Amino acid sequence: MRKYTPKDNVQGKAYYTDRYHVVPSVPTFDVATDEVFSKHLAAIEAVVEVKSAKIMLGQMIVEINHEDNFKAIETLKNECDYAILSEMSAVDYLAKDGNFEVFYQLHNLKDVKRMRLVMRIEQGLAVESVVPLYKSANFAEREMFDMFGIVSNNHPFMKRILMPDDWEGYPLLKTYPLHGDEFASWYEVDKIFGKDAREAIGPEIRDQAQIDRYDTKRFSRVGYEVPFGADISEGETETPIEYSKTLLVDYTKKSGKQLDKRK
Amino acid sequence: MQQPNKLSPFFENLNFERDDNTMVINFGPQHPSAHGQLRLVLELDGEQVVKAYPDIGYLHRGIEKMAENMTYNEFLPTTDRLDYIASTSNNYAYALAVEKLLGIEAPRRAQVIRTMLLELNRVISHLFFIATHALDVGAMSVFLYAFREREFAMDLMEDYCGARLTHSSVRIGGVPLDIPSGWMAQIRKFCDNVDYELEHTYNALLEENRIWKMRLEDVGVISPEDAMSWGCSGPMLRGSGIAYDIRKEEPYELYSELDFDIPIADTNDSYGRYRLYMEEMKQSTRMIRQLILMYDETEPQLMAHAPQYISAPKEEIMTQNYALMQHFVLVTQGMRPPKGEVYVPTESPKGELGFYIKSEGEPYAYRLKCRAPSFFHTGLLQEILVGTYIADVVTIIGSTNIVFGEVDR
Repeated sequence: MRKYTPKDNVQGKAYYTDRYHVVPSVPTFDVATDEVFSKHLAAIEAVVEVKSAKIMLGQMIVEINHEDNFKAIETLKNECDYAILSEMSAVDYLAKDGNFEVFYQLHNLKDVKRMRLVMRIEQGLAVESVVPLYKSANFAEREMFDMFGIVSNNHPFMKRILMPDDWEGYPLLKTYPLHGDEFASWYEVDKIFGKDAREAIGPEIRDQAQIDRYDTKRFSRVGYEVPFGADISEGETETPIEYSKTLLVDYTKKSGKQLDKRK
Repeated sequence: MQQPNKLSPFFENLNFERDDNTMVINFGPQHPSAHGQLRLVLELDGEQVVKAYPDIGYLHRGIEKMAENMTYNEFLPTTDRLDYIASTSNNYAYALAVEKLLGIEAPRRAQVIRTMLLELNRVISHLFFIATHALDVGAMSVFLYAFREREFAMDLMEDYCGARLTHSSVRIGGVPLDIPSGWMAQIRKFCDNVDYELEHTYNALLEENRIWKMRLEDVGVISPEDAMSWGCSGPMLRGSGIAYDIRKEEPYELYSELDFDIPIADTNDSYGRYRLYMEEMKQSTRMIRQLILMYDETEPQLMAHAPQYISAPKEEIMTQNYALMQHFVLVTQGMRPPKGEVYVPTESPKGELGFYIKSEGEPYAYRLKCRAPSFFHTGLLQEILVGTYIADVVTIIGSTNIVFGEVDR
């Protein structure tokens, strides 16, 4: 029987895991252990429902409902001095529970605190854009859309950013293979020459070591050089190699050319 | 109707001739002043920019995708290709993020070496900035002088790790190599040299240069509110009068023990940012001098002792059975950090370089997000370019100091 490979996550996987391997976790702490963070948490709890909150590796992680993101971030910005949105993006958990995890990495310059606001969102749903609060979300939300297909509502310019505009598929999904899908492999051919040309051009050669013995346009054999594009299916004649005398350097001589003068 | 998706070119300016007098031009993607593959679509009214749209992605290699398909140690050399002007700062930011996740700390000597390399890379990157920025603005000779010094710095990097641009000189848990003999004397000489040249060459060429000041002063003004809203960091943030340096505020490595100042500029313009870069280089050499003295007091251990995650030193692997077994497992399967997530910010020469790593306890990162400073600085361009003149566009792009390896990732 053929080995089963899951289709919903085609990323790199451990080829061997010990039967008794127990995955440890990074220790988490209660938010009450940090004075500043508990104040910030109280401010969020006053406006939206908080699903969970913890401190991991010195940063607070607060989970909220995805409908509340704008309200929560507005509070954090205006009341808790989180002046910078350092980063926002998503994590693909579609294979596990059919959700994306969207995170907002916020930075408080005054108290020197960093926190992460996370929310789970189902595939196909859109998040509310936070561009009115942080302009840095402009590019970040576009990147999230480009990579995961999560649309931000009320974004001024919701368009792909890193991939071409006419790209199909979202590259950072776990279902998207590392080397690209069917669309990706024919992208240039389809775009430049049209779909009809696929057969004439043929699939892209991904094997970097592949050599076509009879292709004299891209390959040649040392000692058997032939004119560009010549047909060698009948075999080729040997051309003796003539080395230039002037270019040869005798490295055996002590007084020979010193290549690295710096040393 | 034109068909832009065939090889036939697409002439945006047909609209210009028809409708009104704004002209759309493509600045890049192949433009010497675009600092890489930046396509800036500018709508011009005469010489004034009405609308600017930075189009990025020409250097997109899917590094975050690759991170999900590589073990943690395999991925480290890939981080070189982010900000390729100062590779060590990327290696370090990534290594630090993984170390935080693992809960290990590099030994003291490794910390000294890392901090020294980070500052050396900062000098390399800032010299590159001064050189290319001056070249863009029209001061050719600064470029030649600054590249001379940068060459010496890259020679030092080469003597340390064998590579000039893609260093990979930091490993998860420490550094692979000790400082070679004679290197300390050379870097001391280099610091003296840079300080001298900063004062007598670059400063003399640029600081009070009338053309330089006319081109830079009051150009690319970013208010503190805008800087924060656009997620600016590093010199772009400090250039807007906000004294925030991650090295000072959230110290990592040995920065809490070092004596250095954080220069800020409150003019908010390109000239202030230029002066900031000059001052930061002086602070970097000052730090390197302190680190040279710290190096002598350290023990020779270079990699952290954490047999579950990090291979033992080579001589132990070659002599001890268990060390060899551990090494075999770590090389073939990769390390498995505990389940959790971490975001670690570091102060790279360009700004806040942070790695967000989500680990599910597998040898492959479940998600890795690289927070690249240049990405957000590129976003800023669409706002600050509006209303400026076409001649200043080059100055502003130069002074944001973006590198496309990390914008497109």
